[in-house]
Amino acid sequence: MPLTTTPNLARPDEFYQALIEVHAGLDRAQSEALNARLVLLLANHVGDAEVLVQALQAARSSFDSGSET
Amino acid sequence: MHASYQPPSFEGYVPSSDSAATPALVVIVGAGPVGLCCAIDLALHGVQAIVIDDNNTVSAGSRAICYAKRTLEILDRLGCGDAVVDRGVGWRVGKVFVGDRLAYQFDLLPEDGHRRPAFVNLQQYHLEEALLARLSALGGEVRWKNRCAGVMQDDDGVTLEVESPGGTYRLRADRVIAADGARSTVREAMGLAFPGQVFNDRFLIADVRMTGDFPTERWFWFDPPFHRHQSVLLHRQADDVWRIDFQLGPDANAEDERRPERVLPRLRAMLGSERPFTLEWVSVYTFQCRRLERFVHERVIFAGDAAHQVSPFGARGCNGGIQDADNLCWKLARVIKAESPVSLLASYDHERGQAADENILESTRSTDFITPKSDMSRVFRDSVLALAAQHEFARRLVNSGRLSLPARYRGSALDTQDRDAWDSPLTPGTPLLDAPVTIGGAARWLSAEVGHGFDLLVFGDRIDMLAYRAINGLRCVRVIEPGAVGDGAEGERVIVDTHGLLVRRYGAEPGSAYLIRPDQHVAARWKRGTPADVAVALARACGASSENSIAADHHAQSRAA
Repeated sequence: MPLTTTPNLARPDEFYQALIEVHAGLDRAQSEALNARLVLLLANHVGDAEVLVQALQAARSSFDSGSET
Repeated sequence: MHASYQPPSFEGYVPSSDSAATPALVVIVGAGPVGLCCAIDLALHGVQAIVIDDNNTVSAGSRAICYAKRTLEILDRLGCGDAVVDRGVGWRVGKVFVGDRLAYQFDLLPEDGHRRPAFVNLQQYHLEEALLARLSALGGEVRWKNRCAGVMQDDDGVTLEVESPGGTYRLRADRVIAADGARSTVREAMGLAFPGQVFNDRFLIADVRMTGDFPTERWFWFDPPFHRHQSVLLHRQADDVWRIDFQLGPDANAEDERRPERVLPRLRAMLGSERPFTLEWVSVYTFQCRRLERFVHERVIFAGDAAHQVSPFGARGCNGGIQDADNLCWKLARVIKAESPVSLLASYDHERGQAADENILESTRSTDFITPKSDMSRVFRDSVLALAAQHEFARRLVNSGRLSLPARYRGSALDTQDRDAWDSPLTPGTPLLDAPVTIGGAARWLSAEVGHGFDLLVFGDRIDMLAYRAINGLRCVRVIEPGAVGDGAEGERVIVDTHGLLVRRYGAEPGSAYLIRPDQHVAARWKRGTPADVAVALARACGASSENSIAADHHAQSRAA
């Protein structure tokens, strides 16, 4: 199964707002830890090893396409 | 001051001894777009209003510029649509750049068959001049240099204390519409709280005149090479004036940033050193999102920025305010003429409160994306932008402003909920969808043929209209296919669905009926309507026993849940 990179969120702006709000009141280290936990939770939910490897590669390769962040 | 635009200068109004003695039906405080639309709409409903304004000219500066399709349809109904559309520049495509790369683009009206484009850009002062001309043609009055300094309400009316060039006088009104903007003096005089959120980032507005070869589109940059780590927005306006917004960050000094020696290098970096341009207007501003808890305070009703304030991303301020006027005036006219109970005005508060919440939510989300307020918010924002180059899902998350769409009123006491399954998005509470039609052999637009009063669209050439036409306070329109004939009854209005778009957009079958409110929102619809259904829905839309209807709605909703 290929990694879905076409829009798949029913209400993307609502999700994005919730994602930002869940960090409210955390310091930088806590925020990074929250992100790590979120990745682990979502990875377990996805389960499919092939999809997860593609996601890891897509995230990593975004650093190679001229973006500085 | 504007470099090239010469604003009109109106004579201040000096009250006569009659001014104080003669009570008005409606006084509108504020001669901005919302107040003027209210005055025009009320005049068209036969209610003459007095407008007072503390200034003696139209809006200075670079303020509202983008008028959405829905607003243009409202202006059409008010008789000002052509003046605005002819003078302004239409657009529908927005482009978002990240760095110097196009990340994605959107088309706000990808289909034909609508009278008006997705958006028209025009300086607010031109809009106000068009509205003033229309109001004047209707015999309306603006009392310039008349400032509302006090508001006193009793059971029978409102007394305003008005400061004028001839001294302070008292103006008595049955109702008052406060359309006096974000710094409303009426709101202040009544001591009403205006809670909300202040955003810290400063923005520079630079309006320039140039004959640019930029297309007529909305262009937004995140982190462009000519303005690193900030955003820039470009809009075309009339008269070869282009509006450019530069994000400056929270620490910028407003005084310094306004100086030409600071502004011009920013513009040259963006536009290139060869392109000739002149500065038309410069200002530095911040934004806020706020709203009154209630818009209706007995006999004083708030509309536009006086009632709710949004950040500019998404063009939701002036568009929201003009939709307030559209929603309010037919109701107010009915109440003043004793055609509907006062409780009808509660639906204005409910419906436009919903719309204000939606506008504040959307514009706050956009502002939070454009100006992240925490480190992690910035990390996610920059990650979305980084992924957007490669992945379509991330482009959907890029938020440079979600542009104003017509408000859909949900669960309004005035609307009758669907009983049938429909293949059309026009649920009750939604404004009509336009379509080209033919009437008596002449090409027309549906949006110009319905509204202002209650209309019933009945689809099909063999439907008996007599019982529908017997319902009081309703204008019936038969919609037929090309080549079909109506029953030819005397005085019957017949619309020919020339391109079949009406049937398609309204998901209609022979016998289907749509009840349209005076503000062109759908009040009710039936796959196979009956005159009894229509009479009940019409009474409900006019506010008859609206408390019972609200109770019935709650009952129905709790059962459905």
